[in-house]
Amino acid sequence: MLEGLFDSRRWQLTFADMGSFIEGFTFTLQVVVVGLIISLVLGTVLGVFSTTRSRILRGISRVYVEFFQNTPLPVQVFFYYMAGPRLLQTVLGTPSPVRLSAFAIGAVGVGLYHAAYVSEVIRTGIESVPRGQMEAAQSQGFTRPQAYLYIILPQTFKVILPPLCNQALNLVKNTSVLALIAGGDLMYNADNFVSTYGYLQGYILACVLYFVICFPLALLVQWLEKRSKQKPRAKAIPGITPEPAKEA
Amino acid sequence: MAEMIEIKGLNKYFGDLHVLKDIDLTVKKGEKLVVIGPSGSGKSTLIRCINYLEEPTTGEVVIDGTPLTKKNHLEMARKYSSMVFQQFNLYPNMTVLGNLTLAPIKLQKKSKEEANRAAMAALERVGLAQKAGEYPQNLSGGQQQRVAIARAMCTKQPIILFDEPTSALDPEMIQEVLDVMIELAQENITMICVTHEMNFARQVADRVIFMDDGQILEEGSPEHFFTNPQNPRCKDFLNKILH
Repeated sequence: MLEGLFDSRRWQLTFADMGSFIEGFTFTLQVVVVGLIISLVLGTVLGVFSTTRSRILRGISRVYVEFFQNTPLPVQVFFYYMAGPRLLQTVLGTPSPVRLSAFAIGAVGVGLYHAAYVSEVIRTGIESVPRGQMEAAQSQGFTRPQAYLYIILPQTFKVILPPLCNQALNLVKNTSVLALIAGGDLMYNADNFVSTYGYLQGYILACVLYFVICFPLALLVQWLEKRSKQKPRAKAIPGITPEPAKEA
Repeated sequence: MAEMIEIKGLNKYFGDLHVLKDIDLTVKKGEKLVVIGPSGSGKSTLIRCINYLEEPTTGEVVIDGTPLTKKNHLEMARKYSSMVFQQFNLYPNMTVLGNLTLAPIKLQKKSKEEANRAAMAALERVGLAQKAGEYPQNLSGGQQQRVAIARAMCTKQPIILFDEPTSALDPEMIQEVLDVMIELAQENITMICVTHEMNFARQVADRVIFMDDGQILEEGSPEHFFTNPQNPRCKDFLNKILH
């Protein structure tokens, strides 16, 4: 069966169907972008919650993280798919179940799932900032939210960027669960192709396309990790620091 | 001189540990007060109560007639006090200039130009104007602490609290920091300084207090402490740090 992989006719047919792969690829990219935004925003909020002094906020964050980290993503996505429409009907009080697009389920599904991981990344980032930073900020009169915004969170960037990119990478791959609910994403279209023609080329092409997004992200992680270990160089401030010597 | 800081019946507990015991203390406007005492005596906790980094368990801290509360302490800090820490606590993600201008720009709503000008003047005074664009971690400990002092000067509050500003420094860097503090003491700023540098106390302090076990056991002029300390624990402590 593997000799079929080297059959040029099959490859030709596969590339002839490139349109549906690209369509799936574009759809996947869109899910990635929205899912990433959801996970970053929600994850940052939950991460900050987990470091506040409020027991309630810490509790909310803890329960959320444990729930989403310890249940499988496909189960969550099936749940949204089946229960989402009726749940929204009850919440919004509409006469019939609310139709959910595969896009919405996908973006919310990976978004909520990865928010839990992002939250943990943010939490460890914040905890890596020494306590004295908050004290210095408060001694200057900054409120806690201001201190987080201006002083604490910017300091976490260096530490959290590599693991955050890692999460983005995983999020890209995890959008493939959408295939389970006929999502129209890259994996779904590839699978359709394979079941129609019986050519495994479809999966290989899907792998290549996922790789095209993920590999640059992996390189970015490595580069960021290296950069985070470097010492910052003095900054030139116009009108204040001496101009760097110009070449004659 | 009028009172700048009035501490009345201040008690502080950490759990069961009674760290400050019924402290009463008044500091006048422009006074330079040095607090000495063995470690664990409560002296750091005392000055951290003055800007509410520690919340008093009972008792009151009154700044310029206004009692500090949970509600007003940040506003009071903005208006009245700045602090220099043992571990400097500079913001490592900002340049030296950024460290000095953050609070003036964000809290005091100064323009960037105005804040930069004031910051450069402060850096000039601590002798580090040429380091404005540098990041804290590329500076020596002594330089970092001088930047921290410049940061405290920049916001122009009438009180500066020093929490063991030279204790984390290599010996050869202590003097450069003390020199900056001595120069700063020429101004009409109320300075409260927890330190063991008795020569510094002799040069700038109007008054020295000795703390042990959460209480103020002796107070007087620096000369009094050099020549005629009364309390046996104070004598014992001074013997250790002066010889």
